[in-house]
Amino acid sequence: MNRRMLIPLAIFVALAGFLFAGLWRDPREVPSPLIGKPAPAFKLTQLHAPQQMLGTSDMKGKVWLMNVWASWCVSCREEHPLLVALAKENIVPIVGLNYKDEPAAGMRWLTDNGDPYTTSVMDRDGRVGIDFGVYGVPETFLIDKAGTIRYKQIGPITEDALRKKILPLINELQKS
Amino acid sequence: MIPELGHLALILAFLLAIVQGTLPIAGAARRIPSWMALARPVAQGQFLFIAIAWGCLAYSFLSSDFSVLNVATNSNSQLPIQYRFAATWGSHEGSMMLWVLMLSSWTLAVSIKSRHLPDEMAARVIGVMGLVSVGFLLFMLTTSNPFERLFPVPADGRDLNPLLQDPGMVIHPPMLYMGYVGFSVAFAFAIGALLGGRLDATWARWSRPWTTLAWSFLTIGIMLGSWWAYYTLGWGGWWFWDPVENASFMPWLVGTALLHSLAVTEKRGTFRNWTVLLAICAFSLSLIGTFLVRSGVLTSVHAFATDPRRGVFILAFLVIVIGGSLTLYAIRAPKVGVGARFDLVSREMALLANNVLLIAAAGSVLLGTLYPLFIDALNLGKLSVGPPYFDSVFVPLMTPLFFLMGVGPLARWKQASIPDLAQRLRWAAVVSVVTAVLLPFATGEWKLGVAFGLLLAFWIVAATFTGVRERLRSAGGGLPAQLRRQPRSYWGMVLAHLGIAVCVVGITMVKGYETERDVKMNVGDTVNVARYVFRFDGVVPQRGPNYQATRGTIVVSRNGTYVETLYPEKRLYNAGGNPMTNAAIDSGPFGDIYVSMGEPVDGGGWIIRVYSKPFITWVWFGFIMMAIGGFLALSDRRYRIQTQRDAVLPRGAAAKGAQ
Repeated sequence: MNRRMLIPLAIFVALAGFLFAGLWRDPREVPSPLIGKPAPAFKLTQLHAPQQMLGTSDMKGKVWLMNVWASWCVSCREEHPLLVALAKENIVPIVGLNYKDEPAAGMRWLTDNGDPYTTSVMDRDGRVGIDFGVYGVPETFLIDKAGTIRYKQIGPITEDALRKKILPLINELQKS
Repeated sequence: MIPELGHLALILAFLLAIVQGTLPIAGAARRIPSWMALARPVAQGQFLFIAIAWGCLAYSFLSSDFSVLNVATNSNSQLPIQYRFAATWGSHEGSMMLWVLMLSSWTLAVSIKSRHLPDEMAARVIGVMGLVSVGFLLFMLTTSNPFERLFPVPADGRDLNPLLQDPGMVIHPPMLYMGYVGFSVAFAFAIGALLGGRLDATWARWSRPWTTLAWSFLTIGIMLGSWWAYYTLGWGGWWFWDPVENASFMPWLVGTALLHSLAVTEKRGTFRNWTVLLAICAFSLSLIGTFLVRSGVLTSVHAFATDPRRGVFILAFLVIVIGGSLTLYAIRAPKVGVGARFDLVSREMALLANNVLLIAAAGSVLLGTLYPLFIDALNLGKLSVGPPYFDSVFVPLMTPLFFLMGVGPLARWKQASIPDLAQRLRWAAVVSVVTAVLLPFATGEWKLGVAFGLLLAFWIVAATFTGVRERLRSAGGGLPAQLRRQPRSYWGMVLAHLGIAVCVVGITMVKGYETERDVKMNVGDTVNVARYVFRFDGVVPQRGPNYQATRGTIVVSRNGTYVETLYPEKRLYNAGGNPMTNAAIDSGPFGDIYVSMGEPVDGGGWIIRVYSKPFITWVWFGFIMMAIGGFLALSDRRYRIQTQRDAVLPRGAAAKGAQ
C-alpha cells in the first residue's frame, strides 16, 4: 500500500473526530489573555450618527459592556434577545462594535431585531477587533471604571453566563 | 390505514435494500451469475416500495390526515394544495423520504441504462447504491419515521413554516436533492471500479454522463435556492454563505472538478486515482452536508428540529461510508497505475490546475463552514465567520481559475507551447482588457473592482470565441456544415463556460453598483433611488387563503413619467409565527427594482426599503446556461450510440476508441 493514499482517509478521520465532538458541545467561556489588562483604546464613528465619534475615553469612570456584532453573524441572532432584555433593565451601558459590516445592513438589522446599544460604533475594517483579539463574532467584553477588561464572553452570551457571571461581576464593579 | 401501508412499504424497501447491497457484490466477487443477476430486479422492486411509501406520505398530506404527527406539525387545513404537496418534504422526516426516493430513482435509472455494462460492474454499482440506501432507510425507520401517528388527533395542523410557503418550495428541494443524491452514481461507479480493480478509461466513460446529469440538476437546484432567498427574505441578498447553502455548494465545486477530471481520464487515461478520489469526495460532501443540516451542530437559518441521536446515527453512517471508501481507495488505488505522460504546459496541466483550484475553493468553504465547530470543539467558544471570510478567500481562487478557463480549451493535449497560446489568444486578451477598462465609464462611475470583474468575464467570452472560431475553421466547409460538425458536448462546454462569464458579470455589477435606501415614509413621501422616484401611497389590508396581509402601494416614476406600481406585502399567517415579508420586484435584463416593507413607525408611516440591483438576474441566468450546457452535452450523439458500440467492441478496444 502506498502511504500517500492514506492522506484522504487521515483528513477524514480528523474531520469525523471534530464532528463527533461538535455533537456534544455547548457554548462555554474561556479565559482570555486580555483579562486584567487595560482595554485597547479606540475612537470610532458612530453607526447612527456618522458625524460623531465615541471612544474608550468617553466611557472612563463607567462600568460598561462592549458587544462585538454584525448583521451577517448568525450566532448574534441567538444572543440578541438577551441583550435587548438587558438593555431594558438599564443596569449597564452597552456599546456595540459593529464589526466588518455595511452601515446600512447594520442599521437595518437593529431596526428588525431591536437595538440594545447605548451607542454603536463602526469598525468597518476590523482594526479595533484585531486590537481586542476578536477572532469571530459575537464576543462581549466587560470593562471596569478604570478601563480594564474584567471579563470576556466568546460566542453568544447565554442566560446562564449572564445571570451567574456577568451580572454579579457588574454589580461588584459598580460598587467599587 | 394509508400511513401504515407506507410504513410497511418502507420496511419492505429496507429488506430489499439489504439484499441489493449484499448478494450482487458478493456474487461479483465470487463470480456467481445468479447472485449478480439479482441486482436489477431487486433495485427496481426497492424503487417500487419507496415510491409507494412516498405516495402514502403525499396522500396523507394532501388529505390533511392530522393523525399523522408529521402532517400535524407541518401542514394545516387552510394550506393551499400545492404547499400541502410541497410540505411532504418540508420536515426533517419528509426530506429524508425525498432523499431515499431520489436515491432509488437514480438506482432505477442505472438498472435500466446499464445493459451495456459488464455484469460484475453493474452488480457492484447497483450493490453499492443499495448499501447507501440501507443506511438511509435504517436511519428513517429508527429515528425519523415519517408515518408516526399522533393521539389524540388534533383538530388542525400547526402549518408549514411560512418561509416555506412559496412556489420555490415546490421545485427547489427536488432539484437540489436530485443533484446531491445523483453524485451517488459516480460514487458507486468509483467504488465498483475499485472493488473490481479495473480503473481504466471505460470506467470514466460510464460514469461521465451520470455525473453531468447530477451536476446539471444540482446547478439548477442551487440557482433556484439563491433566487428564492433573494425574493423571499426581504433584504435583497442572493447568497448568504449559510451552512446549508455551503452544504450544497461544496459538492457542486467538487462535482465541477470531477466533470473536468473525468474528461481527462476518459480521453487520455491519466488522473485515474485522482478522479476516483474526486468521485468519492463529491458524494462524501453530499453526505457531510446532510449531516450538517440534520444534526444541528451548526447554527443556520435553515436548521430543522434537531436531535443528537440522529446526529450520532448519521455520523456513524458517514464514518462507515466515507471511511470505508477512503480505506478501499488507500488499498486499491495504487494498483491502478499511472496513465499517459504529459508536459508542464498542456491541456492536462490546465485541467489539473482547474481541479486543484476548485478543490481549494471547496476546502475553504468547508473550513469556513466548520470553523465555528472546530473552535467550539477546542473549547474556544461558538463563533460565526461570515461573508468577509468567504469573499476574501474566493476572489484570489477564482481569478486564476477563470483565466485558465480561457486558456485550457485551446491548449493541446499532452504538449502545448506558451508562445503559441499567447499568439492565438492575443486578440482575446486585447479585446477583454480594452472593454473592461472602457465599459465601466458608461455607468458614470469607474470602479477598479468592476473593471477587474468585467475583465475576467470578457476574457472568458473572448477566449471561448477564439476557440470556437479555430475549431470551426479547421472543420472546413461552409458555416452550416462547420457548425454541424462539432459535437453537442462541445457546444455544451461552450455554453457552460459562457454561463460562468454571464454569472461573473452579474456578480460584478450588482456588487459594484447596487444602491439601497431604507427610509421612513409617510403617505405621499417620495424617495430617489437610481434615477427612479418612488412614492408611497399608503397601505391596505388584504386577505390571503391562510394569512392576513398589509399591502403597500409604491408608485414608481422616472423623469416625471409613470413607470409602474409595486405592491410589497407584510404577511401574518393564521397559524402564527413571525410576519413574512413579500418583496415587490420589477425584474429586467439590466437590473431589478426591489421594494420591501420594514416595520410600521409611529404616525402611520412605514420603513420602506428600496434597492436597485443592476444585472442581478444575470447571476441566475448564468447558472441556467451552465445547466443547459450540461444537458446539451448529455444529448451528444456518442451517448445515444454508446450502447451499440459497447456491444460490438471488446473492453480494451472500447477504451481506445474513446480516444
